[in-house]
Amino acid sequence: MTNTLIENNFRTNRLPHIWCSGCGHGIIMRAITKAVDELGYNKDDVCVVSGIGCSSRAPGYMDFNTFHTLHGRALAYATGVKMAKPELKVIVVTGDGDCAAIGGNHLIHSARRNIDITTIVFNNNIYGMTGGQYSPTTPTGDKGTTAPFGNIDKNFDLCKLVQGAGATYVARSTAYHVNMITQQVKTGLENKGFSFIEAVSICPTYYGRKNKKGDAVSMMNYLKTNAVNVKAADKLPKEKIQGKFLIGEFYKSQEPEYTEEYQKIIDSFQKER
Amino acid sequence: MKNKKIKLMQGNEACVEGALAAGMKFFAGYPITPSTEIAEISSLRLPRIGGKFIQMEDEIAGMAAVIGGSLAGLKSMTATSGPGFSLKQENLGYAVLAEVPCVVVNVQRGGPSTGLPTMPAQGDIMQAKWGTHGDHPVIALSPSSVRETFDLTVKAFNYAEKYRMPVILLTDEVIGHMREKIEIPDPDEIEIIDRLKPEKGLDEYKPYEIKEGQVAPEMAAYGEGYRFHVTGLIHDETGFPSNDSKVAGDLVNRLMKKIDDNIDDLTLYEEYKLDDADIAVISYGITARSAKSAVDMARAEGLKVGLFRPMIIWPFPEKQIAQLGKRVKNIITAEMNLGQYVLEVERVANKYTNITKCGKANGELITPDEILAKIKEVQ
Ligand SMILES: Cc1ncc(C[n+]2csc(CCOP(=O)(O)OP(=O)(O)O)c2C)c(N)n1
Repeated sequence: MTNTLIENNFRTNRLPHIWCSGCGHGIIMRAITKAVDELGYNKDDVCVVSGIGCSSRAPGYMDFNTFHTLHGRALAYATGVKMAKPELKVIVVTGDGDCAAIGGNHLIHSARRNIDITTIVFNNNIYGMTGGQYSPTTPTGDKGTTAPFGNIDKNFDLCKLVQGAGATYVARSTAYHVNMITQQVKTGLENKGFSFIEAVSICPTYYGRKNKKGDAVSMMNYLKTNAVNVKAADKLPKEKIQGKFLIGEFYKSQEPEYTEEYQKIIDSFQKER
Repeated sequence: MKNKKIKLMQGNEACVEGALAAGMKFFAGYPITPSTEIAEISSLRLPRIGGKFIQMEDEIAGMAAVIGGSLAGLKSMTATSGPGFSLKQENLGYAVLAEVPCVVVNVQRGGPSTGLPTMPAQGDIMQAKWGTHGDHPVIALSPSSVRETFDLTVKAFNYAEKYRMPVILLTDEVIGHMREKIEIPDPDEIEIIDRLKPEKGLDEYKPYEIKEGQVAPEMAAYGEGYRFHVTGLIHDETGFPSNDSKVAGDLVNRLMKKIDDNIDDLTLYEEYKLDDADIAVISYGITARSAKSAVDMARAEGLKVGLFRPMIIWPFPEKQIAQLGKRVKNIITAEMNLGQYVLEVERVANKYTNITKCGKANGELITPDEILAKIKEVQ
């Protein structure tokens, strides 16, 4: 049976992908592509930019204009692309280490500018590509190959960080809540501004094994049972959300978009002539 | 005769004028003394011609954005100094491997580290050559005047476009800030080179395929209908990553051959009073001006001295320096560092002649007297 989503939007000759079995990244990649497909964008007008990491390998499989850059720098490269060609739909695919550690500065500044880039972080709470070191989103106390006695760092809430920095669309979903990813990416792409979607992924190979989280199925079950929709959270008693995490849309607003503001400056000179 | 545009201009301003003349449409950078005016003037000029300027959050981002802008089709430039140039190194390597044309200006200041922010130096010569990791080709130019800053900035863009690689313009605090009278050439007097583009509507576009007679692959822009992949991983001609050692070796060799096979196109120098000289001073950038004065002073005293001044410092003008070595009894290298370019001069000319270095790294220019003293010392 052929799958038209895959046939039409992936470089099938580049498949199979490099990810371990049980990894959540493939699910997220597919959900993003589905969003683009459902919006009916012309593939030539979509540019997918990534940094370095397991997650950042996704664009290589996706049949768009694709740009695999340097560790942490995807948003800075994407900013150049978007400035040069604002008519492109620019998507950044990144990892928790990629966007929150080495690329943290670019993340907050892209959000602050409200530049029209839709960023999806594949958050597996670990450095996957380099073999399981702790990341800025590894929960305090959890283990990584460089946190053999438990991580003493406090972990980031990426959504709060990016909302605080000025993003105009902020949402979270998980590799279990696949349709929600697609929905959020669609909303993000249609938002004129910086959109940030945290897609919680799973890494059974490193994070799971180091922290005795069981196999991929139990990690998926964890996502299923521990994610609370932000819409429901308000009505639930505190003890029901204790130790769980929120998913859904956290923030949406309309603010001036960076490349549009720049175009106004250009246009003002056009009129002067 | 047309009305010539004669202006009193700073080196940094001439750099922007040259960039605009060459077709710059995008600048991304981060302020740092003594390069800041390049960003400031770009921010003022670019939107008026429909170009774009952005001040990024750091120099890493500036370099990254420039590469992104170039791949989206715009001629792009960034400018920086010492600490910022260090920050750009990883991205410079990306532009080399992914073959993305762009111009990187480094207005050199005293180092290491924060060093002497407001004083000149030529301490980044070897960093320009070796700064990014891995074997890689480098093109670096060094102007000696405001007018030459204009001309070499145009050339930097042309080389970047022709060879699909980053080109470094190494100036320094004095060249960047001093004002000189310059005559801006008419647009029709300026040679402009644009990147080769693939034909429209090809069934298949391989972004790294070299066709017969081409020095660099044809370059489509994002959004033009060819959905190609660009990566900083070793890749084959399709642009997709490969771990094959043959692919890796072939690619790195091909990148190096851009320079090796076109060395004549990439050799640019001035010879001054060298014909009968038995002492040659080799100097570049601002220091070459002191060297020229020293040559005149020495000549006035009857000494047979001349100047060799490379304007393209990388690739190294190996053939010319070897010949020079055979012709003269002594070479003196004058540079504002403790001995960088001299290492290459020694590599090439040591077997033919005596080489003496004249250098310092204290934020002061090397004076003609200092070079004259060296001339007398070896003579
Ligand atoms: C400048 C630089 N530092 C370090 C690395 C090594 N490195 C590659 S991927 C990676 C971490 C990836 O983790 P993350 O961004 O969370 O993505 P994941 O692999 O988990 O999807 C690191 C540290 C690098 N490539 N470049």
